[in-house]
Amino acid sequence: MKAKNKGKDFCIFALLGILFFAAVVIVPFVYGVYLTFTDWNGVSQVKNFIGLKNYIGVAKDTQFWTALLLTFKYVIVVVILVNVIAFGIAYLLTRGIKGQNFFRAGFFTPNLIGGIVLGYIWQFVFSRVFVNIGEATGMKLFEISWLSDPDKAFAAMVLVTVWQLSGYMILIYVAGFMGLSEDVLEAASLDGAAGFNKLRYIVLPLMMSSVTICLFLTLSRAFMVYDVNLALTAGGPYGTTEMAAMHVYEKAFTSRQFGVGQAEALVLFVVVACISGLQVYLTKKKEVEA
Amino acid sequence: MEQTAMIGGRKAKIARFFAMLGLIVIFIAYMFPFLMVVINSLKQKRDIIKSPFSWLFTIKGLSFDNFVKAFTQMDFLNAFKNSMIVTVSATVLVTLLASMLAYYIVRNNNLISKIVFALMVASMIIPFQAIMIPLVSIYGGTLNVLNHRITLIFMHTGFSMAMSVFMFHGFIKGNIPIALEEAAYVEGCTRTQTFFTVVFPLLKPIISTMVILNAMAFWNDFLLPSLVLTDKKLLTLPLSTYSFYGTYSADYGTIMAGLLLCVLPILILYLVLQKQIIGGVVAGAVK
Repeated sequence: MKAKNKGKDFCIFALLGILFFAAVVIVPFVYGVYLTFTDWNGVSQVKNFIGLKNYIGVAKDTQFWTALLLTFKYVIVVVILVNVIAFGIAYLLTRGIKGQNFFRAGFFTPNLIGGIVLGYIWQFVFSRVFVNIGEATGMKLFEISWLSDPDKAFAAMVLVTVWQLSGYMILIYVAGFMGLSEDVLEAASLDGAAGFNKLRYIVLPLMMSSVTICLFLTLSRAFMVYDVNLALTAGGPYGTTEMAAMHVYEKAFTSRQFGVGQAEALVLFVVVACISGLQVYLTKKKEVEA
Repeated sequence: MEQTAMIGGRKAKIARFFAMLGLIVIFIAYMFPFLMVVINSLKQKRDIIKSPFSWLFTIKGLSFDNFVKAFTQMDFLNAFKNSMIVTVSATVLVTLLASMLAYYIVRNNNLISKIVFALMVASMIIPFQAIMIPLVSIYGGTLNVLNHRITLIFMHTGFSMAMSVFMFHGFIKGNIPIALEEAAYVEGCTRTQTFFTVVFPLLKPIISTMVILNAMAFWNDFLLPSLVLTDKKLLTLPLSTYSFYGTYSADYGTIMAGLLLCVLPILILYLVLQKQIIGGVVAGAVK
């Protein structure tokens, strides 16, 4: 490449892309950090520097910590269930059965649809269909809508998320199982590995790279859940299922406490970044070459 | 487990049978909510309340009225058009800009390239929630450009740049031999011509992956459009579903029909492009 063209090439190829990225990601992010040190109320032109007051506000906002704790609980349950179920179904799918592609495509369907629509579909299932089953069979579990009871509403959130995300992870685990070398598995069988031991000592270590990806995706998705939360429970009943991302939104755009809201968003960001970083580090260490 | 290795063995056959049986049961449970939507979208409210399960042929007054009502009340065509415009423009824009930027970064190993690439990779862990408040503050307050379709397209493009550049970067680095480009330069091509005639066509596999991933994300996104667009005429499908639900939430039949209408375009596309979509999602996740 000729040296004189360098500036021109940069303008043609790189400049516009960098501008878009900077204008939407970098500038708002930096500006957001600055916002947490001001008392901006969303409307006025005046922003006063108020030091760490917003962060003290975060510390005092018990609702935020309740929401964060609930999110932790939710993430743990979701991550475990999604990965166990997806791993199991992917295992069944790769047993050489007919119609593998059909099943795989079907399981993935919920991921094509936005969280809002999914939330509404399930709201109907929980509040009408299940209640109807309860009335018809007398099963206590379905007598009243799950969405009107705090614990069951939480379970409903988990159920819908697991239903959706497992279809996604099945794709990745299936790809992982297909990549397993038949020779290694056969050798293990000949050496007498079977059942749980074969799974634990042969299959799982070889599947670790898929596990790393799936854990990472489920972790970050579950932590940031918003659409399904909004459409399915809207935080209810009585704010008992309000997750962290929803709380941040409410804090900023409903309570109009932008500084505190943004500070909470940053706290959430740091928490998620640390946890996913730690997870990738830990599971990557366990990856082996076949 | 080891029995499956012996294809044709009796035990293997039994194992396969149970795997199949288990899968069918799980599959039906997975499809259950969709089934409920389809069945009830054709029924009237009183029948739905009486029993969401009653099969279609046992019901009198089965009709497509719900669909007609949902179609007009949601302003379906308009919302569909809005979603199309936003999704298509943002997808085209990000494909073009990201592939060019990635190409620049791969072929120019200078300081700017390194900084930009490092920033992009690092930014991928920032969740949208950590940016949305200042975003509204900047574009709503200072610049006052919210409520325009073009603003939404601009933001979609900006947000998907990092991931897209990362993917294009990996592909170009691994699969595009520089010798081809040098041949084009010898022929007298400029760099722009070389990129569009020689390099861009070779990017086809990664382009189709990224188009699928980005278009799906844009089409289904709710939070960003809800912050940018409030004018009723501009609402995308997820937004108009949201406001429609708020108004008609007790009118189950109409709601089910509306939800089905929203899902239908994607499902039709999925039937046609199933292989590509699944392949794209796997490729996108594994990298």
